[in-house]
Formats: sequence, structure tokens, C-alpha cells
Amino acid sequence: MTLTNYLVLSGILFSIGAATVLLRRNAIIVFMGVELMLNATNLALVTFSRLHGDLTGQVMAFFVMVVAAAEVVVGLAIIVSIFRTRKSASVDDINLLKS
Amino acid sequence: MDVNSLAPLLVAVPLASAAVLLLLGRRSDRWGHWLGLLASTAAFVVGALLLVELLGRPADDRSIRVHLFDWISAGRFDLSAGLLVDPLSLTFVLLVTFVGSLIHLYSVAYMAHDAARRRFFAYLNLFIAAMLILVLADSYLLLFVGWEGVGLASYLLIGFWNHHTPYAVAAKKAFVANRIGDIGLLVALMLMFATFGSLDFASVSAGIDGGLASTATLTAMGLMLLLAACGKSAQFPLQSWLGDAMAGPTPVSALIHAATMVTAGVYLIVRSAPVFEGAPTAQLVVTIVGAITLVFGAIVGCAKDDIKKALAASTMSQIGYMVLAAGLGPVGYAFAIFHLVTHGFFKAGMFLGAGSVMHGMDDQTDMRRFGALRKYMVVTWVTFGLGWLAILGVPPFSGFWSKDKIIESAFVVPEGAGEWRAWLFGAVALIGAGITAFYMSRLFFMTFHGKKRWTTDAEGHEPHPHESPALMTIPMIVLAIGSVGLGFVLQLGGGFTTWLEPVTGHVEHHEPVLPVLVIQVVTLLAVAVGLVLAWRQYASLPVPETAPEGSALTRAARVDLYQDAVNDAVLVEPGQHLTRSLVYGDRTAVDGTFTGLGRLTVGIGELVRRMQTGYARQYAATMLLGLVVLAVVVLAPRI
Repeated sequence: MTLTNYLVLSGILFSIGAATVLLRRNAIIVFMGVELMLNATNLALVTFSRLHGDLTGQVMAFFVMVVAAAEVVVGLAIIVSIFRTRKSASVDDINLLKS
Repeated sequence: MDVNSLAPLLVAVPLASAAVLLLLGRRSDRWGHWLGLLASTAAFVVGALLLVELLGRPADDRSIRVHLFDWISAGRFDLSAGLLVDPLSLTFVLLVTFVGSLIHLYSVAYMAHDAARRRFFAYLNLFIAAMLILVLADSYLLLFVGWEGVGLASYLLIGFWNHHTPYAVAAKKAFVANRIGDIGLLVALMLMFATFGSLDFASVSAGIDGGLASTATLTAMGLMLLLAACGKSAQFPLQSWLGDAMAGPTPVSALIHAATMVTAGVYLIVRSAPVFEGAPTAQLVVTIVGAITLVFGAIVGCAKDDIKKALAASTMSQIGYMVLAAGLGPVGYAFAIFHLVTHGFFKAGMFLGAGSVMHGMDDQTDMRRFGALRKYMVVTWVTFGLGWLAILGVPPFSGFWSKDKIIESAFVVPEGAGEWRAWLFGAVALIGAGITAFYMSRLFFMTFHGKKRWTTDAEGHEPHPHESPALMTIPMIVLAIGSVGLGFVLQLGGGFTTWLEPVTGHVEHHEPVLPVLVIQVVTLLAVAVGLVLAWRQYASLPVPETAPEGSALTRAARVDLYQDAVNDAVLVEPGQHLTRSLVYGDRTAVDGTFTGLGRLTVGIGELVRRMQTGYARQYAATMLLGLVVLAVVVLAPRI
């Protein structure tokens, strides 16, 4: 039954991440929330891999890590660029699309 | 001499000259008119060489097809562009290039003060090239190319002074009337293609001989060809454009709207003889159209005070004679072409004379303001007078030999037809000759005889008439010589009819319903009556300077027997109403549907747009909500 605990932990971490994304305004914190959600998913994937006794879940987790790494690079670059032009890192200030 | 290498030159030389003049533009202004004249004369020399070559051959070997290139090759349909050099086409080539060259020469002086003289010569060369394509083509399709080409050149030249709006409108009118005829030619082409699968003259003729076409098909073809001829040759009911076409410079009126292009319809009918041979109804309609136009033009000619418009009406009437002759079948073909050639000479000569008069009278065209010009313009008076005697049909001038033959042929009873036809058409042709004598004498006397009625200084400007320069009088003299002697020379020993025989076919002599001598005497009597009436009214009595009100017929004739009004009421106005209602329908129904669709989309977009707040967190919340809903939907059935 220990595996259930891992899944519960994964769910809790995901919810914390989601709440962070939805509730915080600072882009960096929002970003951290996204990372938390991704890693919570990774934990769930590894757990299921263990449950089923094959490696598919772990391979998926590696993919997620790679994508997350790329996403961090791009995302941080965007955030820095926005901060430089608008002197703010609040996501609520970035609403140019709503003209 | 090789016909194969000479014939293409006929078209190539004037075409190249036109291209050079148009492409070089102002750089060729200084010598452009001489190049134009040279090109036209060169074409005439080539034509003369071909004539020598053809005369050296036996009569049945005088039809030569010159292959140019494979034009259209599409499955079953295979058409090559080629020229057909035979007595008929060569007659036209010589007429077009000879009269054309003289008119080029005349224009050098006539257009000397026009800044756009070079462009004028470019268009004239373009016309010569297109006209030669028309008459030399060995298939209806290539003929159509030339047909459109002369239409274009005619349009460009009528509207040559298009900065003057009525002239531009006249050009447009000619163009539109010609388009109606062109539709006829196109439909005829399609019928031929559907019936014979081919469009060259030889195949069409062979197809008809082989019985591929029913009489009904041939009748339809013939009527469509007649429509085309009516458009191009200003025959009833498409004649209204010719009078307005006089807006063009006078050399254009002489070359295109008297001597050559307007006779293309007669050429088309004679060239399509096999079609009309198989369709007696169409032939009868051709004769009727010719007879109507003959009288129509003559009546209009009696009332016109504008010298060029009177000549235009006369052209219409004379072409009516040719069409009537062409409708008579093989009896008339050769005489139609004969009259066409002599008419080309004397009418072009008279137009050039009219141009010379206008030149001396400061572009005045109203004959009521001429008078007594014979003392001031002797050469013009003499040359015009010779042309006048020729068109009257006074022996031994050219017109007598050709017109008299047409009248005689009209009195011949066609095979398998009632005798009434001979009497009807013969009488019409005879009366036409009388009216012709009246209105041409009226024109001649009003211009050259009687008292001076010139505009005075008080009315604006008093002209000082003088003889035109030699460059203008020489062509007039040459054409006058043609008006005097050409008819006699060509008819010697039936020379011209024998020459055309390979094309028009051999005809046994038919006896008219009246003895030939009686017809000739009565015709001459009618001419004499017309002449005397005109003399009494316009030479011995003074001519009023402003037109008197006149009888109802005169008033009608002045406005072309209400042809424009009829066209307006029957075609133009319903057409405009149709267009307007179609435009209205298009705007409301068609456009309305689509702009409505557009507005609907915009409205929906406007509503949906409100959902886009621009807050990233809101979007994230929406995504989360969506995911939760999805998860519930997927998982709910399993619990």
C-alpha cells in the first residue's frame, strides 16, 4: 500500500502547484508552480512504472524533464524580457492581447 | 518568283512597319509617315508580283494555299494558319494596297499639321496588315483574326481625335455595332466546327459537297454570316455606325469606311458561296437586306447636309448593291466584286476630294456653306466630277459597267424562284440608281456650283479656299483616272469575270425578264431624271444657308430614318434597364447574402471577444476547470 502514499503525495504536490499558478501574481512564482506540477506528474509516472513493473513511466518522466528544462530556458527568457520592458513581473500586467 | 515566300510578305511588311512606328514612338516622328507609305507601297509591289505570277498560270491552277505554321492542334481538331492566294483574294490585295498607298500619300499632306501623324500612319499600316490577313486567310478562323484586326484599326482611327468626346463616342458606337456582327461570325464558326469539324474554306466546301450539313444548318450558318457582314459592311439593321464613323480623319473615311473595310462583308458572303448555295432562304435574306440598305442609304443620302455623312450614306447604299448582287448567287458574285473594285476607286476618290474641300474651307463640312468652289479648286472639282459621273453610272465611266451589270442580274429570275423576285429586286435596284443620281448630284452641285454661301467674318471666320498641295491632288488624280477607265478596262472581253471564275464558278448567261437594252435605257433615264431634279433644285435655284424644315420624309432622313431612336428604344434602353435591375439584384440579393454572413460572423466574434480578458491566470483557471470536467466525464461511468 505504500504506492498509494506516493500517488497521494503526487496529487497534493500537483494541487499546490496548480493553486500557486492560479493565485500568485509574480511570474517567477507562477513559473515555480508550473515546475511543481510537472514534477508532481513525474512522481505519479514513476509510481505507476513501479506498479506495472515496466519502464514506460520512467521513460516518460525523462521526457517530461527534458521538456521542462527547455521550457524553463524559454520561459525565464520571456519573463526577463518582459521585466526589462515593463518593469514588472506581474502576470496581470501582461494583458496586451486584450486590446 | 515563289508564291510561298512572297505571300507572307504581304502581311509581314505593313505589320512590321506598324510595330516599328508604335514601339519607337516619338523617335520616329520625323520619318514615320514615309515608312508607313513605303510599307504600304511595298505590299502593293508584292501584290503586283503575285498577280504577274498568277496570270502566268492556267486558270485552274490559280488557287495556291501557302502553309504558314501549325496553329491549333487539339485532338480531332487540327488547324494550320495559311494564306490562300487566288483571284478573289488577290483582287482585294491589289485594291487594298493600291488605294491604301494612294491614301497614305494623301495623308502625308493632309495630316501634316497633326502632332500625332506618326501614330496615324502606324494605325493605317495596322489596318492594311489586318485587312490583308482577312482577305488572304485560308480558314474562317484566320479570317476572324483579320476581321477583328480591321475592327480594332477602324475603332482606333475613328477615335483618332478622341480628345473630342463625340468622336470618341462615335468610335465606341462603331465598335459595339461591329461586336454584334462578330457574334454572328463566331456562331457561324461554331456551327461549322460542330458540323464539319474543321474551319478551313476547302474542308467546309468539301463537307457541304459531301452532304454533311442539312439545309437548316446551312441556313443558320448563312444567316449568321450575313449578320457578320451586316455589322462590318453597315447593312440594315446594323448600319447606324457608319454615319458617325465619319468622325475619323477623312483619309480614314476614304480607305476604311468607303473603299476597303466596309466591303469585307461582301467578301465574306462571296467567299462563303458554298454555304449560301445550299441555303436558298439565307440567300433570299441577303438579297432583301441588300435591297433595303440600298434604298435606305439612298434616302438618307438625299437629306444629309454634311458632305462626309452624305458620302457615307452613299457608301452604305452602294454596298447594298453589292450585297444584293452577292445574294443573287453565282450570277451576281463576280459583279458584286466588280462593283466593289470600281466603287473602291471612285468613292475613295470622292472622299479624298471631300477632304480636299474641307482642307480649303477650314474643316467646314456643311454643304450649305460651300458653293461655287469649282473656280477655286479646279483639280478637286474635276476629279470629284469624274467620280460623280462614275457613281451615277454614266457610260463609259467605271460605275456604269459594274452597276448596270448588277441591275441586269437583279432582273434575272433565280433558279427555282418566282418571277416576282426578278421584278421586285430589279425595280429596287433601278429606282436606287435614280435616287443615287439625285443625291450625288445634289452633293456635287451644292459643293462646287451655285453661289458662294461661305461663312463670313461676321459669323466667325471667312475661309479662303485654295487648291490642295500636289501630295493630295496626285492621289485624287490617280483615283479619278481609275473612276474613268477601270471599269471599261476590266470588263473588256469579260476579263474580270473570267479572272474570278475559278472562285465564283462559271455561270451560263441568263436572260433578264426585260431585254438588256431596255434595262440600260430605263436606268439611264432614271439617272437623268435624278440629275435634272438635282440641277433644278440645287444649281439653278439658290440653296438656303440653313436647312429648311422640309417634309416628314426629309426630316426622318436627316436623322437616319430614326434608326438611332429605334436602336435606343429597342436595344439601348431595355439593355440599360436590364443592367440596372441586374446591378440592383446583385447589390441587394447576392451582395446582401454575403455581407450579411460577414456581419453575422463579426457579431459572433464581438460576443466571444468578451471572454478574452488578457489575464493569464484566468486562462489557466479555465484550462484547469476544463480538465476537471474532462476527468469527471471520463471517470464518472467507472465509479
